[in-house]
Amino acid sequence: MKALVAVKRVVDANVKVRIKQDNSGVDLTNVKMSINPFCEIAVEEAVRLKEKGIVSEIVIVSVGGKESQEQLRSSMALGGDRSILVETNDEIGALEVAKVLKAIVQEEQPELILLGKQAIDDDSNQVGQMLSALLGSGQATFASEIQVESNQVQVVREVDGGLQTIALTLPAVITADLRLNEPRYVKLPDIMKARKKPLVVKTLADYGITAGTKLKTVRVDSPAERQTGVQVTSVDELVDKLKNEAKVI
Amino acid sequence: MSILVLAEHDNVALNSATLHVVAAAQKIGAEITLLVVGEHVAAVADQAKDVSGVAKVLVADHAVYAHQLAENVSALVAELAQNYRHVLAPSTTMGKNILPRVAALLDVSMVTDIISVVSENTFKRAIYAGNAIATVQSDERIVVATVRTTAFDAVANTGGSAAVDTITLAEDAKVSRFVAEQIIKTARPELSAARVVVSGGRGVGSAENYHAVLDPLADKLGAAQGASRAAVDAGFVPNDMQVGQTGKIVAPDLYIAAGISGAIQHLAGMKDSKVIVAINKDEEAPINAVADYWLVGDLNTVIPELTSKI
Repeated sequence: MKALVAVKRVVDANVKVRIKQDNSGVDLTNVKMSINPFCEIAVEEAVRLKEKGIVSEIVIVSVGGKESQEQLRSSMALGGDRSILVETNDEIGALEVAKVLKAIVQEEQPELILLGKQAIDDDSNQVGQMLSALLGSGQATFASEIQVESNQVQVVREVDGGLQTIALTLPAVITADLRLNEPRYVKLPDIMKARKKPLVVKTLADYGITAGTKLKTVRVDSPAERQTGVQVTSVDELVDKLKNEAKVI
Repeated sequence: MSILVLAEHDNVALNSATLHVVAAAQKIGAEITLLVVGEHVAAVADQAKDVSGVAKVLVADHAVYAHQLAENVSALVAELAQNYRHVLAPSTTMGKNILPRVAALLDVSMVTDIISVVSENTFKRAIYAGNAIATVQSDERIVVATVRTTAFDAVANTGGSAAVDTITLAEDAKVSRFVAEQIIKTARPELSAARVVVSGGRGVGSAENYHAVLDPLADKLGAAQGASRAAVDAGFVPNDMQVGQTGKIVAPDLYIAAGISGAIQHLAGMKDSKVIVAINKDEEAPINAVADYWLVGDLNTVIPELTSKI
């Protein structure tokens, strides 16, 4: 079966971001960018399913600027077979991304559609669910285990309070949680090979989608600073502070 | 125009997360309807009608909603949503699973995890693991949003007297099926609602040590227990105890972090706690920068001493 994986280029998880002076957003100039960690887990899962002989082809898709080609190349170095970049430099919302992905799914007809559970930049956690709704398919969010059985897939989901197992009819949308797998390190020969794999560049117009969103970011601020704390040198001092100063015990 | 709030429950009792969402709805300021979707939910509906500030309770009680599968519940919510200006749910795994699907069915954008209400269509929410606060304005005809429960004080679960209505709509989308669940039982308070949280990280060393050292302290304080991702990945504790950007967001009165270095992703889940105590061997640990009190020392000796002295 064919698997489609959506990936996003985001600020590297270890970077501490800075707010722009004019509060219009986060300053992304000269900041290290990477593939969103959850997307990487989604790609890895598709590759593992291919290694098990369940998946025959992996198509990687990204919506974003020209630079997103880097993340598509690294996804192909992980094991993706080919890529589609829907290039846009305009702001685009989660709903619009879901609409683009829907159009690509209809064109490619994959049985399995994998995404990360959320992107670590906007922390929205929406695209997978929205895509599934638009397709009218089943959805399994926060997946920590995936088992494909002929025309259905069993997914263990991480929910508040524990784990839940559900079964979905294929085609289905699955969003990866942290514990689904540990993505492999990419080897140099695979990076070289990935350079030769096909990467098609499309535009939003190719799918009849216009950029934009009805969700406007009015401004972006730094979170409130915490008061600087104090170092205590003994347990007695700590207990005293908690009882008499902070009054929390 | 009025507000529809999707209630969180386990078919037996109303989850307190719902009370925080009602509080956020009150800040928006319109008539509030609580929607209870499940199977055999009479007891939940009964509790829902007593919630302070709720004008109406809608109950959809049917086998297709037994496990609140997103496909079935979202179709119902989207259908009902046509009569409302706002649709809200808590930012729990339930809310995050269902609401984006509702939004897409309505063809509207959605706002995730709001932490404050600026006006009826403008909200604040955290982005970049809580390192930036975005003010967002929704120009959609229906505002669909999840609410960070720790950012709003719960309304009382008594004093209300809402009218209860029954919904008969029930359709199985037939694309998903519940198989099993594994709920971790605990006698301690729920993590995201606890007044005190005791968390352990990689520094606790092992699962045995996590419980040997931290359980007595949590018991003494009546605290919920949490963990960093490192502790979860190392198998010390189950993953529903993870505090952070991709785990639970907590804001207790007192958060005690033991053996946690304080990665950005962990801080995102706890830095709104009123008082933070860090106990760490490493003087340079980033957690100290957000801690109100920090003690450099071996948690294996410090925590038992602390337990005995409080």
